Amino acid sequence: MADSVSLTIDGQPVSVEPGTTLLNAAQQIGVDIPTICWHQATTSNALCRICVVEVEGQRLLQPACIVKAAQDMKVQTRSERVLRARRTILEMLASTMDLSEAPAILTMMKEYGASAGRFPEAERRESEIKDDNPMYIRDYSKCLLCWRCVQVCADDAQYVNAINFNGRGFETQIGTFFDKSIPETTCVLCGQCVGVCPTGALKPKREYLLEQGISPAEISVMNTGRRKRNRKE
Amino acid sequence: MSDIDTSPSLSASLVSIQSAIEPYLPLGRSGLLPALHAAQKINGWISEPVAAEIAKSLHIPLADVHGVIEFYTLFYNEPVGKRFIRVCTDQACALKDADGLLNHLCSHHGIKVGETTPDGRVTIEASPCLGLCEQAPAVWTMDGGRWTVGDGSSESDRPQSMVYGQMRLLTANCGSGTTSLAQYGEYIALKKARQMKPEEVINEVKSSGLVGRGGAAFPTGIKWEGTSKASGSPKYVVCNADESEPGTFKDRVLLLDDPHRVIEGMAIAAYAIGASKGIIYVRGEYPYVLPALENALSEARQAGYLNEDFDIEIRLGAGAYICGEETALFESIEGKRGFPRVKPPFPTTFGVFGKPTVINNVETLCDVPLIISKGSAEYRKIGTEKSPGSKLFCVSGDVTQPGVYEVPFGVTLRDLLDMAGGVANQKKMQAVLFGGAAGAFATPAHLDVKLTFEDLRAAGLPLGSGVVMVFDERRDLRDSLARLGHFFAHESCGKCYPCQMGTQRQMEILNRIASGKMQAGDLECLQDVGWTMMDASLCGLGQTAASAVLSAVKLWPELFKDEGGRMKDEGQVGSKKKNEKRKTKNVKAEVKSVKRKTQVVKKKSVKRKTQSVKRKTSTVKTKAKKAKPKAVKKAVRVKSGKTVVKKKSSRKTASKR
Repeated sequence: MADSVSLTIDGQPVSVEPGTTLLNAAQQIGVDIPTICWHQATTSNALCRICVVEVEGQRLLQPACIVKAAQDMKVQTRSERVLRARRTILEMLASTMDLSEAPAILTMMKEYGASAGRFPEAERRESEIKDDNPMYIRDYSKCLLCWRCVQVCADDAQYVNAINFNGRGFETQIGTFFDKSIPETTCVLCGQCVGVCPTGALKPKREYLLEQGISPAEISVMNTGRRKRNRKE
Repeated sequence: MSDIDTSPSLSASLVSIQSAIEPYLPLGRSGLLPALHAAQKINGWISEPVAAEIAKSLHIPLADVHGVIEFYTLFYNEPVGKRFIRVCTDQACALKDADGLLNHLCSHHGIKVGETTPDGRVTIEASPCLGLCEQAPAVWTMDGGRWTVGDGSSESDRPQSMVYGQMRLLTANCGSGTTSLAQYGEYIALKKARQMKPEEVINEVKSSGLVGRGGAAFPTGIKWEGTSKASGSPKYVVCNADESEPGTFKDRVLLLDDPHRVIEGMAIAAYAIGASKGIIYVRGEYPYVLPALENALSEARQAGYLNEDFDIEIRLGAGAYICGEETALFESIEGKRGFPRVKPPFPTTFGVFGKPTVINNVETLCDVPLIISKGSAEYRKIGTEKSPGSKLFCVSGDVTQPGVYEVPFGVTLRDLLDMAGGVANQKKMQAVLFGGAAGAFATPAHLDVKLTFEDLRAAGLPLGSGVVMVFDERRDLRDSLARLGHFFAHESCGKCYPCQMGTQRQMEILNRIASGKMQAGDLECLQDVGWTMMDASLCGLGQTAASAVLSAVKLWPELFKDEGGRMKDEGQVGSKKKNEKRKTKNVKAEVKSVKRKTQVVKKKSVKRKTQSVKRKTSTVKTKAKKAKPKAVKKAVRVKSGKTVVKKKSSRKTASKR
């Protein structure tokens, strides 16, 4: 096998090691391809499709996060089709969920000229905040289903499999076995899911309480009280 | 799990669950769907302790088991009626007044769609396509593990097979009940194949020009060759019998009437590629196929055609169109949610259980014995040069004689419709939905197009799975498009963003168009969503979810204009009926808003149904809905600790328009 493969990205020639993804190849020459579901610590599922690019000779747009660079490939990262797909995906996201704590996506929307009000009367995915454990809260109104939390809870990191999916299609939501509260599941409160959440759907409880205007002192009392009660049981 | 009920009656019922799922324990995770089916047969639904028992026995994480139950529409994690009635409301059945039948059944039992009678006897649901389009309106009833199918007026434990056409090669044994091995005769083609070298068999299939009949039209011989050369053991032959494309019912007829042809095709494939295991994945809506298939498998074992070198097992799906996608089907066999995988790697090297796999459609496999026994040269005399062989078309909708039609490639659409007695009731043809829900619309201008891959491609029509669904001049195509939109929104797996949200937005816009409430910009949004799904979706479902809609935009731009542009319709028979129809829908919707007093089955399909109707409903209800989430949210914030409200209902209530 050759030591390197040469291709062009937006007309710029680049040589990379075999096996390099288009995303990484583009990074090497300073071409920015947006990502949402991609994370260096999780298996790439190519599901957000925001990183799609046009590859000459391919009928469909290709996800740059998993497609490998190949010899003489000609890649366009900002063709008309690519821009339309990215803009539409962003507009659909904005019409579906609360992106207020996802600054990276809001920036992307500006960059691609995506309008938050593009889809009138669109059904949104809304959900009450689930506050059922001492460590983190779950606000699935902000969840964009990047799957990272489910992945780190399972084979990508922690192997506890406390969470999975409810429903399917547009109505998919991350959930537990028969909607048990977190303490009733196999969750070990490792916090990895909170760490990889890109939108504030999963948030440390303390951060959440501070945002509610509860002072650190009050939080401390709440926590101590709770711990004492638990010990007596 | 401290709160799991451990009363004596429960322990007793768990014992029966344990014995019901015992046969599947050696399968491990892959035994999950069979175990869930077995458990659900006992109680009609899967309760929390039952799901926990299955998880424990098969060593699967609890959350994963729940995720699987939630994915498949035929699994229920809440009580349902003992008798479960599903009425198909997709296009072909809608043409035969499925809505009327559904309403009649509901009022007869005093419940609304998606509800269970207070005594727990009957649940009625609107269902996506049941694969009984030629006997529309289709009704499928399950009663304690027994089933019947019918059209509301007659019921039977197996659907009729209506088989016609110019030739009877693939369908030689179809139309008069299940063909036993004695009637089928020896597996002559298999014997002949076994006297050839495996690569000679592959070459024969390659030179026959056979391409897949499931919709993707990939050359079968090349698939086989790839798998035969791939390293890895064991190798698998999988028969894709998850026929779920709305308007498609040919595989049902082949499996039920001539299972030995399918088995022989699989055995030949196995010999050619060196596979030792075969799996037939049958869609969950076809349980009546299982007895015939199981019997045929045991006949084939007794005759020695299946043995320790190659044997076949059956897997039953559980209500998911996406599982017809080959990699989603593998995931489903492996006991997971039916999420399609990214490709490459392709099934030839990384298929079911990560092993090299040949996966072929039922009809494709039925072609194989024919090719081997006749020889590819003889086989190529049928059809055209570029499209050799015969093809089964599923003709439904407004035709005099709907059914499965076997014709050589090369007859025209007009020939085919003539065979089916033309448009029913001396009406004129308005349109044909061609290739399936993921296909495209044809018009009378297409009548002389030859039915071959090359001619259809030139005409911009996909052959798909052979669907020919006819709409006469009176029909409201907007209603049909709205049903298409509903189908894809219901069936999207939710993995990739373009399809997950695109099918939902597409459905919303199509609903508005159907109810005459188009908004400025709707057409542009519809096209942007459609093109994005087509260009950027992860699998074939999303890539074709807008195909028929976009074809309609091209053919009939006037359908996608607001009321001003619809004046064209005035004076036609259709418009009056349409308005009436819309009125009925509104009435229906209002009635619906009063519901939830009785038990509501909160499964996905029901939700979809209610949802789409809801959208057409009065504003009063919307206001009421809007008020609720706030109150709930507040309560949640104050009272930290217990917030988990019933997920599905909560999501439903919380969603605003």
